[in-house]
Amino acid sequence: MTIISDAEDNLDGALPLPQKPFRPPGVMRVALRMWRTRFGLLLTTALVCFAFFGRYFAPYDEDQFIGVAMQAADSDQLREPSLFGSGKLGFDIWTRFLYGGRPILITAFLATLLALILGTIIGLIAAYNRGKLDDLLMRGMDVILAFPQIILALVVIAMFGATNELIILTVGLSTTPRIARIVRGSAVAVVERDFVAASEALGEPRWRILKDELLPNITAPLLVEANLRLTFSIGVIAGIAFLGFTADPIAANWGLMINEHRGGLVGDQPWGTTLPVIAIALLTIGTGLIGDGLSRAAGGVDRQRGDA
Amino acid sequence: MSTTTVQAVTIKDLRIDVVSNGNDIVDEVNLSIAPGEILGLVGESGSGKTTVGLSVLGHARRGVRLAGGSVHIGDSSMLELDDKALRQARGHLVSYVPQDPSTALNPALRIETQLMEVMEFHGFGDTDEARRARAVEVMGEVLLPGTREFMRRYPHQLSGGQQQRVGLAMAFACRPSVIVLDEPTTGLDVSTQSHVLTTIRALTTEHKVAALYVTHDLAVVANLADRVAVMYAGRIVEQGPTRTIFDDPQHPYTRYLTAAAPDISGDHVIVGLRGRAPSPGKRPVGCAFALRCELAIAECHAAFPAVTEVAADHSVRCFRPGAVPDRTLAKGVQFGSSSTEGIALALRNVSASYTGHQVVHDVNFEVHQGECVALVGESGSGKTTLSRAIGGLHREWTGEIILNGSPMERSSRDRPTAQRLSIQYVFQNPYSSLHPRRSVGDSVARPLRVAGVGKHEAQRTVGEMLEKVSLNAGFASLYPDQLSGGERQRVAIARSLVSRPSVLICDEVTSALDVLVQAAVIELLLQLQRDLGLAMLFVTHNLPLVRSLAQRVAVMADGKIVEFGPTDHVLAKPTEEYTKRLLADTPSITQALTSGALATKKR
Repeated sequence: MTIISDAEDNLDGALPLPQKPFRPPGVMRVALRMWRTRFGLLLTTALVCFAFFGRYFAPYDEDQFIGVAMQAADSDQLREPSLFGSGKLGFDIWTRFLYGGRPILITAFLATLLALILGTIIGLIAAYNRGKLDDLLMRGMDVILAFPQIILALVVIAMFGATNELIILTVGLSTTPRIARIVRGSAVAVVERDFVAASEALGEPRWRILKDELLPNITAPLLVEANLRLTFSIGVIAGIAFLGFTADPIAANWGLMINEHRGGLVGDQPWGTTLPVIAIALLTIGTGLIGDGLSRAAGGVDRQRGDA
Repeated sequence: MSTTTVQAVTIKDLRIDVVSNGNDIVDEVNLSIAPGEILGLVGESGSGKTTVGLSVLGHARRGVRLAGGSVHIGDSSMLELDDKALRQARGHLVSYVPQDPSTALNPALRIETQLMEVMEFHGFGDTDEARRARAVEVMGEVLLPGTREFMRRYPHQLSGGQQQRVGLAMAFACRPSVIVLDEPTTGLDVSTQSHVLTTIRALTTEHKVAALYVTHDLAVVANLADRVAVMYAGRIVEQGPTRTIFDDPQHPYTRYLTAAAPDISGDHVIVGLRGRAPSPGKRPVGCAFALRCELAIAECHAAFPAVTEVAADHSVRCFRPGAVPDRTLAKGVQFGSSSTEGIALALRNVSASYTGHQVVHDVNFEVHQGECVALVGESGSGKTTLSRAIGGLHREWTGEIILNGSPMERSSRDRPTAQRLSIQYVFQNPYSSLHPRRSVGDSVARPLRVAGVGKHEAQRTVGEMLEKVSLNAGFASLYPDQLSGGERQRVAIARSLVSRPSVLICDEVTSALDVLVQAAVIELLLQLQRDLGLAMLFVTHNLPLVRSLAQRVAVMADGKIVEFGPTDHVLAKPTEEYTKRLLADTPSITQALTSGALATKKR
């Protein structure tokens, strides 16, 4: 009898709560299960730590002379012992290398952040508007896209001078259209969904619909794109520095180092070029792997078999 | 099961499970279909009916395996064939008609090419000429013109019904002995559905093809199938001739299913059932239905009942076969009588257009307080555009829409907050109408926030509202992906009612739901409508459902209201040709059973 009444309770009473609240893991958690993401994260963390804290372990000061310029480590022209020899102007290569990562990383990160904020706002507005404003914004973005990013940055910096602010601004602005396109593309599908209409029926302000209804539903593709753009920005800023445009020409900088020492590649001092090249390569591979893992997780490529 | 005739398909003790954890999706399935016979396989979504259908083709979807038992088509054992033999058998021995014809056909290829491809692959016919002749012939069989012009069309140049017929033609091209149809008419209008069903019936009878018709639509099954198998939680719980299943169901679940199905000419009242079917891996030791069954006894929770033959060719898996709850005992909600109270919503000469193209012409009607008016029409009739215009979600309209005496602006943005809150909209698809990253509580509280209600006050009201829609306050902290379809729709209803609106617009709110869930949601809406004195505009294409919930019905065709009046009157004595045709094409369970002309409807 008790069983019958139990069953009736189940029929008449309120529905029982689902037994085990199950939340599908977020993109981050899924991505972290993949070896590529873990390896990428390891690589990136290692290099970021190296670039930021390496200088505290440097044997010399950033601008300390250790002897004649461009000498191998075993050269007798050096006044001080050196791991990789001396570079341009007689600085210690290893010291310059330890100092030179931070400026690139900071500018690249800030440029990407700027692009991310602007691109997201523009993309969301365009996706939600779907009218003349959409056309205007996106065609404007296309115009920026039509110029190769590095050329655009060089022209602006050559005209107004190389300051950190300007480098961040130009790289950020020229990255914006790429993010805006991705955001618009993902958000257009979300705009069509009924919960957005439900918010409109309630008369929610437009900015709130963008912020509360659209943005939380495009975080996965946005994360992937942001990562990819960070990778590219590191490359572009290193490239700009290679071409000689840095805010402080005396300060150590990986991009600048590659340029300054490329003459030594075939001579006695290959390290001045190879060390920063390896570091930048490893860093972009690392962030690239994270981005790849994130995009696989977002796209459901590596979803476990059987749970579809 | 009649053992004297040779069966076209025999499924024995079929078990299908998940590869990763071995949980059964389907188990102990025994079916057989004779040549020329149509077996209707019915059940809710997740009951495993499609999985069984695919197993006849020797196919299991990714991550799932055909773990035991056998499937025989003639002499071929489908589960033992290698990949190459299986590919040959599919299309040749057994073919498949999927649910959505628009995605099943290759949009880049002409119909002719696709038909020829199927035959060429299976080595059907010796020459291209022979195959072309067969292509033209099979087009005739599915009642499509076999002209060169038509054959050279691309899928997008065909209507939905024509596309599904091409799907049928491809399935029948190589003269298979078995055909599996997976809800082939679900996306189609009733008139198109009626044509397609007639075609299926004619083809199977004429060419002695055994058909497995997988569906959740009982009215279709009543009209089409010779026998019916009812699935629940991966088991077949009852199996027998169509008439017996509907007239004398032995399993309580079958009884609930038939009681929940809206019928155009049967009872008014539809009865829902609470709870949900246990999913694979969470199925109890005993009868999977016992938890929701009014008649469950101790035995039911201890073991799964064996198959009992209650009559020749009628088997059931229940410890108390025949002891099913009577339909009249069930407590459905009867809708109230017609209301003559004040007018809540009035439409005056409303015309609406969509990207410059006029789709609604000069519509006039009124909805009284406490009354439910159904707006019925086929797809493309303009009913959704009209309802969205009323809700302020569609701006391109002219005329006057008057809410409680005051005319409304076109866009919801231009309407005053009080007016916005007083007219609420429930959307068709609960999978798209709830913000996936927002908890149930936050979603339901949203209208209150717009109304300026404080946080604590809102929280309390949300809890009360969740109780009202037969959930409970504990649901507030859950997210939509943790809920079933029916629960989601209850949440959506709670969200629309939390601001105490006077008018509720329901846009096809049950079309994404299973029949038992649909019945429960309709019960809930009727209850709430009566308790709160709501005026309700129920937009639907489902004519039988209208009978169970609306006092008055407006029939819409080509953007015009062609007929408007009390539901009983309009459905019993339609005056307009369009309404008559719509009614004739709507499959009815009662009519199918009383007319005795099962599956051989006119045309």
